[in-house]
Amino acid sequence: MNSGLDLEYSFNEILKGFGLSSELAHIIWLPLPMLLVLVSAVVGVLVTVWLERKISAAAQQRIGPEYAGALGVLQPIADGLKLLVKEDIIPAKADSILFTAGPILVLVPVILSWLVVPFGQNLLISNVGIGIFLWIALSSIQPIGLLMSGYASNNKYSLLGGLRAAAQSISYEIPLALSVLAIVLMTNSLSTIDIVNQQSGAGILSWNIWRQPVGFIIFWICALAECERLPFDLPEAEEELVAGYQTEYAGMKFALFYLGSYINLILSALLVSILYLGGWGFPIPVEIIAKVLNLPINAPVIQVFTASIGIIMTVLKAYLLVFIAILLRWTTPRVRIDQLLDLGWKFLLPISLANLLVTAGLKLAFPQFFGG
Amino acid sequence: MSIAVTTQIICFSVLSLVVIVGALGVILLESIVYSAFLLGGVFMSVAGLYLLLNASFVAAAQVLVYVGAVNVLIIFAIMLVNKKEDLMPIENIKSRRIISTSICLTLLSLLIRVDLSNTWGLADPNTSIGEESTIRIGEHLFSDYLLPFEVASVLLLMAMIGAIVLARRDVMNEDISTGLPVDQELIEKPNEPLLIKKN
Repeated sequence: MNSGLDLEYSFNEILKGFGLSSELAHIIWLPLPMLLVLVSAVVGVLVTVWLERKISAAAQQRIGPEYAGALGVLQPIADGLKLLVKEDIIPAKADSILFTAGPILVLVPVILSWLVVPFGQNLLISNVGIGIFLWIALSSIQPIGLLMSGYASNNKYSLLGGLRAAAQSISYEIPLALSVLAIVLMTNSLSTIDIVNQQSGAGILSWNIWRQPVGFIIFWICALAECERLPFDLPEAEEELVAGYQTEYAGMKFALFYLGSYINLILSALLVSILYLGGWGFPIPVEIIAKVLNLPINAPVIQVFTASIGIIMTVLKAYLLVFIAILLRWTTPRVRIDQLLDLGWKFLLPISLANLLVTAGLKLAFPQFFGG
Repeated sequence: MSIAVTTQIICFSVLSLVVIVGALGVILLESIVYSAFLLGGVFMSVAGLYLLLNASFVAAAQVLVYVGAVNVLIIFAIMLVNKKEDLMPIENIKSRRIISTSICLTLLSLLIRVDLSNTWGLADPNTSIGEESTIRIGEHLFSDYLLPFEVASVLLLMAMIGAIVLARRDVMNEDISTGLPVDQELIEKPNEPLLIKKN
């Protein structure tokens, strides 16, 4: 296994240099990556909210946020602070326990899923063996939180929104999992690290998008549906349901939903880039660059260069996809619920099954191209 | 005692407490919605117990199948037919409760007896397969457990066909016992709003 930069090891070595035991050093290390991921997720949300406002403004020939900071970059922080200090209202006839637990159940699985998102060879919290399957399992918890908040609000729009969210999420999870399965079939592993490494052979040419074009489109559609983004934002369709399951929520509890949906969008974009766009891989393999510069691949300069390129590439690819998602949101009309379910069950499900079958056949026929 | 062992003991006691209290809540709570949500919590804690046993794939599958599918469908069904309706008074409710409690207690004591009298074969922690278990499960499913695996899928297919037949009422448009035609179309017809029809 390629060693690359191992921050945990170096950090523990430094602490041991101060005379701490290795166990204590491990305990001090443990919260650091988690905090880092939380912070980067929240910063990612702030950037996405700003992008959303600016791009929607451009799409509608407005200017958008302008006065808070240069080009309005501080506007999302102002929004967040406003939500933080707003009064926390629980409706009198609502079920207060479930009303509070709902938003938490929506947010926690999304943040937990960041466990398996790699930004480099060793730049992830935990390289668990079940990798991508963990994300699929965790994302199936979310509908319970949505149903819970929809029920607890004691409001017909909330209940309808919650039911729609659960129906949508159940129907799109199956094609999503099947298209991931095709990738796993090619990789022979569930681990996100292995999935990226399998695409790193020949730079941009070895990315999974060329081998799995159908899977890529299915995954992207399903990911948008799971994030409840337009054209699939039926659970909170403003014209029909006020705001769906969020109708009764205010202040920080609403902010949890808001955070959850945006973190989910960034997470989906990251996962698309990991599964189909080569993850942290540069379009030209780093080995070739190192050879041109006449440096050994293990030189410290190259190591730092590789790590920073990895982070930049992952974030760049993810934000390109976020940009496409925002553009889609402001240019496409919403589908109806029957169209949504028809698309999921009668179109995406058969296509993704056929895609899986074809992938398995191609793997048997051309093992050198489709993973032997 | 190392930190890892301490963490494991704390996690185990918390998880088992949640499983027991949650399961009792599922049975004893009057509100069916609370029971359904607690059932989800119990499933999650069982997944946590699997994680402690190094069976991460089984844990994720537990979350995906039991929490993500079974429990969501249960809650879904409850919310679609959420009638505010008092339970019918049943005769001899007290004696029925006593009988069912004693049956459950007998079963419990039987299980405890089996647990105490049996010598459990514990796997050596040094030879545990850990992350390899996913591959091992796959191998078993396609070799010696192939028949049960396939039979389970036939069962699911049967359940699916049954559900479709029940949901599409135009399939059964005559009463089975009398043979007379019955109107079993959807209650809500497109041009007749439900609320007006009731008056």
